[in-house]
Amino acid sequence: MHNIVSAIFLAENIKKIEIQAPRIAKKRKAGQFVMIRVSEQGERIPLTIAGSDPEKGTVTIIVQGMGKSTRELNMKEAGDTIHDIVGPLGTPSHIEKFGTAVSIGGGVGTAIAYPTAVALKEAGNYVITINGARTKDLVILEKEMRAVSDEAFITTDDGSYGFHGFVTQKLQELIDSGRTIDYVLAIGPIPMMKAVAEVTRPYGIHTVVSLNPVMVDGTGMCGGCRVTVDNEIRFACVDGPEFDAHKVDFKNLSDRNRMYLGEEQQSTEAFSHKCRLGHQQ
Amino acid sequence: MAGFSVIHKQNTFQRGITMDFKPMTTKERLAIPRQIMPAQAPEERTHNFREVNLGLTPELAQQEAMRCIQCKDPVCIKGCPVNIKIDKFIKLIAEGNFLGAAKKIKEDNILPAICGRVCPQEDQCEKMCVLTKKYTPVAIGNLERFVADYEREHGEIELPEVKPPTGKNIAVIGSGPAGLSCANDLARLGHSVTVFEALHELGGVLMYGIPEFRLPKDIVKTEIASLKKLGVEFVTNTVVGRSVTIDELMKEEQFDAVFIGVGAGLPWFMGIPGENLLGVYSANEFLTRVNLMQSYTFPENDTPVFDCKGKNIAVFGGGNTAMDAVRTAKRLGAEHAYIVYRRSEAEMPARAEEIHNAKEEGIEFLLLMNPVEFIGNEQQWLTGVKCIRMELGEPDDSGRRKPVPVKDSEFVLPVDMAVISIGNGSNPLIKQTTPEIDMSKRDTIVVDINTMATSKENVYAGGDIVTGGATVILAMGAGRTAAHAIHEKLTGKAPCFDEW
Repeated sequence: MHNIVSAIFLAENIKKIEIQAPRIAKKRKAGQFVMIRVSEQGERIPLTIAGSDPEKGTVTIIVQGMGKSTRELNMKEAGDTIHDIVGPLGTPSHIEKFGTAVSIGGGVGTAIAYPTAVALKEAGNYVITINGARTKDLVILEKEMRAVSDEAFITTDDGSYGFHGFVTQKLQELIDSGRTIDYVLAIGPIPMMKAVAEVTRPYGIHTVVSLNPVMVDGTGMCGGCRVTVDNEIRFACVDGPEFDAHKVDFKNLSDRNRMYLGEEQQSTEAFSHKCRLGHQQ
Repeated sequence: MAGFSVIHKQNTFQRGITMDFKPMTTKERLAIPRQIMPAQAPEERTHNFREVNLGLTPELAQQEAMRCIQCKDPVCIKGCPVNIKIDKFIKLIAEGNFLGAAKKIKEDNILPAICGRVCPQEDQCEKMCVLTKKYTPVAIGNLERFVADYEREHGEIELPEVKPPTGKNIAVIGSGPAGLSCANDLARLGHSVTVFEALHELGGVLMYGIPEFRLPKDIVKTEIASLKKLGVEFVTNTVVGRSVTIDELMKEEQFDAVFIGVGAGLPWFMGIPGENLLGVYSANEFLTRVNLMQSYTFPENDTPVFDCKGKNIAVFGGGNTAMDAVRTAKRLGAEHAYIVYRRSEAEMPARAEEIHNAKEEGIEFLLLMNPVEFIGNEQQWLTGVKCIRMELGEPDDSGRRKPVPVKDSEFVLPVDMAVISIGNGSNPLIKQTTPEIDMSKRDTIVVDINTMATSKENVYAGGDIVTGGATVILAMGAGRTAAHAIHEKLTGKAPCFDEW
């Protein structure tokens, strides 16, 4: 059992949760993740570590309530517990002084990109961040992102805040303005990551994405998270989760992520029903 | 047969009371047939996950024990990787002293209820049994299982003696068979032992790999509970190499020695087209979902698994894990459940008993066949496997006849789910984080086989991480060898076993 030290909503359905886990807090590096099991009957879900406080012995995750497990997690408050947390897992982000580095976050992917943006800045890069959301209310970590950025851009699909359009349009604009870009990190929904890869490919800009396949153990044992990179099978949990965006087979990833769609719906509906019943009582 | 009927009348073993041991002649003993362990009927057991074998009754166990002729030189012991005093425990069963028999086994083996179920006795102790040549061997495995179950079901499980504390701390990485056996011996020698487990449950392959119907999880939990009572500390959710490194354990957390028993790692795939289609699993993933995450109870438990009901499924491979996977799929409701294996049945590495059980349960064996491509529909779901027929050629490096493809013999086997069960490589974490531990070309850890010592001072290793995929009992044997070597290294004295 691990205590939740704090839990606050950053936007509708997106919660920042700080969990007591001293070993993980001490060891984690940018780009790594934890596996969490909310309850005794729970599934093991991978969540990227958004930050940590080694002195307090806590790690922070930022969770969007999507299916049953993430919704259940998002209902937790400070003082509650989660059953299991293990990590830090995965290979840390490869950080060096590239020159100008662009960190792109889509939706809750912003939270995953944040620690790597921090590490890029600390390594002496000129950091540009582009963070996209559907609408103004869903923009997260704006203040934090601005603090680590030499230039920070927000994009919204509906134009309610910042640049009106997609993150890829903003990126294209930067490229078109003749700026030299040495490195791009893109984390968000699969279509967004794929689109970013297509924007940078013609220019040969080194582009890295963080993949989110279905996982079971997260330690290399099951092979469920296998992805196709450069026509080879790689395990996201031990070889990744970050890979060269220009070599990733995104279609295979999005196909494989549909494997349990039916079961996920069934679980989520049953959970919503239970929540509604609980509310009535 | 007279002596044996006398035994029957003195039916006091239910209370565990020692009976008079009526001497029998060897001839009388040899006349007793090998007792058959009752099992759930195949048509019944394919609809549940309960254990297939029901265990010997006390009567059957005692009769079976009477078959042992108590050789002066019990060669069966030489066939046991942990050298259980087989003749002695069987004699105690024959005398009706079942709890005494359990105690005798535990002098050498902490996990008898597990080993009695999953050891390949036919290749070990029972193969050595002198009765094997002319008769059938004594059912040593079934007897081991019987006494362990009897002890568990009849009151307190007796704890072995523990030596005075030595003040030494030892970290054991992995709570599978190698780690548990190593932890047990070290704890009994008076060392303070902490076991680190990566998963949320203890037991390693005993929990995630071997199915409930072959090894009930409650039994694993009970045997681990005995270790906890011995003072062994267990830490779950800790991946050594990530959460903490071996160097940190030794320098910052003051462990005097480390035993690595992390098991096999990354599952192998076949490298054929279509392997990433939806519905294609590694055996590790399929079994982990069902066993560890209990997805057969979905949605009660949150982790789903492919819905096998009424579907055709194929498992590729011929080992015990392949049998576990295919029989699991059958229990999940598969209409046709196939084993597809590229050699013939004679070359299958699975235990004869598991092959027999699988056949009884209606598993269809497609032998001398090899998959060449997985075929999917537009939505990328698996619909079939293109296979090629094989024939056996000359023996290969493993001594088994090498299968070679038969020209133009491809055909498509329609299946909805496939499980690849062709073995595992090693997890790269230890190698990445502790580079001074020498690894072989196959990425297994190199050890001195007499001590299980690695190239790093005070670090030992055993089990599948050393041998590649092998058996529970071999891993336990390695754990024990390492425990004794660690004891000798840290205290300067060889462990004394006579008092155990």
